[in-house]
Amino acid sequence: MAARLSAPAAAPAAGAARPLLLALEHVDKLFGRDVVALRDMTLEVRPGDFVSLLGPSGCGKSTALRLIAGLIQPTRGRVRWEDAQARETLGVVFQEPTLMPWATVSENVWLPLRLRGVSRRAALPQIEEALTTVGLLRFRHAYPRELSGGMKMRVSIARALVTRPRLILMDEPFAALDEITRFKLNNDLLEMRAKLGCTVIFVTHSVFESVFLSDRIVIMAARPGRVIRELGVSEPYPRSEAFRTSTDYVDHCRAASEALAQAMEGTAHDG
Amino acid sequence: MTLADPARLASAAAAAPVVDAEEVARLAAERRERIARWLLPFAVFLALIGLWQWYVVAWEVPHYRLPGPVLVAETLARDFGTLSGSWWTTLRVTLMALALAVLGGAGLAILFTQSRWIELSLFPYMVVLQVTPIIAIAPLIFIYIDSHIARVLFIAWIVAFFPILSNTAIGLKSSDHNLRDLMAIYRASRWQRLRYLQLPAALPYFLGGLRIAGGLALIGAVVAEFTMGSGGQAAGLAFRILESSYRMQIPRMFSALILIVLTGIAIYLLISALSWLLLHKWHESALKRET
Repeated sequence: MAARLSAPAAAPAAGAARPLLLALEHVDKLFGRDVVALRDMTLEVRPGDFVSLLGPSGCGKSTALRLIAGLIQPTRGRVRWEDAQARETLGVVFQEPTLMPWATVSENVWLPLRLRGVSRRAALPQIEEALTTVGLLRFRHAYPRELSGGMKMRVSIARALVTRPRLILMDEPFAALDEITRFKLNNDLLEMRAKLGCTVIFVTHSVFESVFLSDRIVIMAARPGRVIRELGVSEPYPRSEAFRTSTDYVDHCRAASEALAQAMEGTAHDG
Repeated sequence: MTLADPARLASAAAAAPVVDAEEVARLAAERRERIARWLLPFAVFLALIGLWQWYVVAWEVPHYRLPGPVLVAETLARDFGTLSGSWWTTLRVTLMALALAVLGGAGLAILFTQSRWIELSLFPYMVVLQVTPIIAIAPLIFIYIDSHIARVLFIAWIVAFFPILSNTAIGLKSSDHNLRDLMAIYRASRWQRLRYLQLPAALPYFLGGLRIAGGLALIGAVVAEFTMGSGGQAAGLAFRILESSYRMQIPRMFSALILIVLTGIAIYLLISALSWLLLHKWHESALKRET
């Protein structure tokens, strides 16, 4: 069981021709004595990919992200980095904005550089660049409590961008926001990515979000956490708001929903 | 009825200032409360003083039982030369004990977060130190420590340091787990994690502990002077109280007591002001005071 239903051949745009950025190779992760958080996960990420990990709670999508971030180590298999620079500058965005309440917006964005010993003065151009990208330069002296939920998340994204990352890991960043704010941030995220040209691995439990944002959707199932199949979203970037109401979008959502339903069904049998 | 002419509606709205009766009432209530917050305690204070003076005069209470407030004030003014020296002694012990409590309490808390093993080994003994009635070990301290100032400081320190230790230790552990992950991802050193994450996160907790410790340091200083009492130039306010009670100088006893209470209030207000200064930009506890 737990065999992969499709090969990653579904990936668009001549994937094999591009170099690898990083790969998970047959990664298992066990928690405690017998909880299999992740079983035999293989994933190849290439520069410019927007990969969504989509699945129900407990499918190991956040575990996969933590493995890539180096916060935990695989029980078996390995995480292979082909781009040392991407690893050095890795940007991370969590579900909560995770800002330091005692620090201003610009001090929060400074943090990743500050930890590398970059002085505030030296970091200023990069801080301002990141805040400009998320449209919050005006609020650089504000404290997090003065910002709305969506604005806090933008600050969190600016902090991830300040190292000029080649790869950004996002763990359900918009799940706690209202739908209107989420749509807006989805659009903005695609715009930023087009401008910065970075690779994104995006964890979500929203079919619609994953279809709108990504060019590859990795569908996962729970108990044990594993990859069920991978779908490609052929719609080229830039994607506008019009894509949300197109028949292509609906078709992709249907395919992803069906795959997800299959994944959930498998889970029910396993359980 | 027909639809209203929008132009006419707009001009009517502009002409009449918009007044919401509920909001006006709320703002007035807020203003009243701001004034009452100072006025009421002050009125109660005056009433109590008046009642006290009236009671003493009307019932002809002898001053060696209960001196009236006027006599106490006169005594305070007359004996201020002696009392101020004692007050300075007590204040100095209190502040030094508080400073040591901050160093010891916060220092131990930081040490505990750096090593779980040290924390597991030592924390139970900190609790023992806290729960042992200080009066009960005072005779031992008298035997083991020779210097008077060291004895008094030691006792006041034991009384005051625990709230700072336990509050700071909780605060250092209370930092957001996602921020800790972030620190790990950006390969923050132990020192950077402490400096940029744990210490700022612990600040509100530390200040809460400091507010309690400020009062306790004063109590500790008074208790220490009672048990280790020594006369002469270096005598503190607590010694003056004992001395006055032996000599039946009750008005002077009250004067010394008033100085102790005023000192306690001043310490509390100073620490509250410090808290506000450090937290008002970002922490909930200080934000509520603004509105």
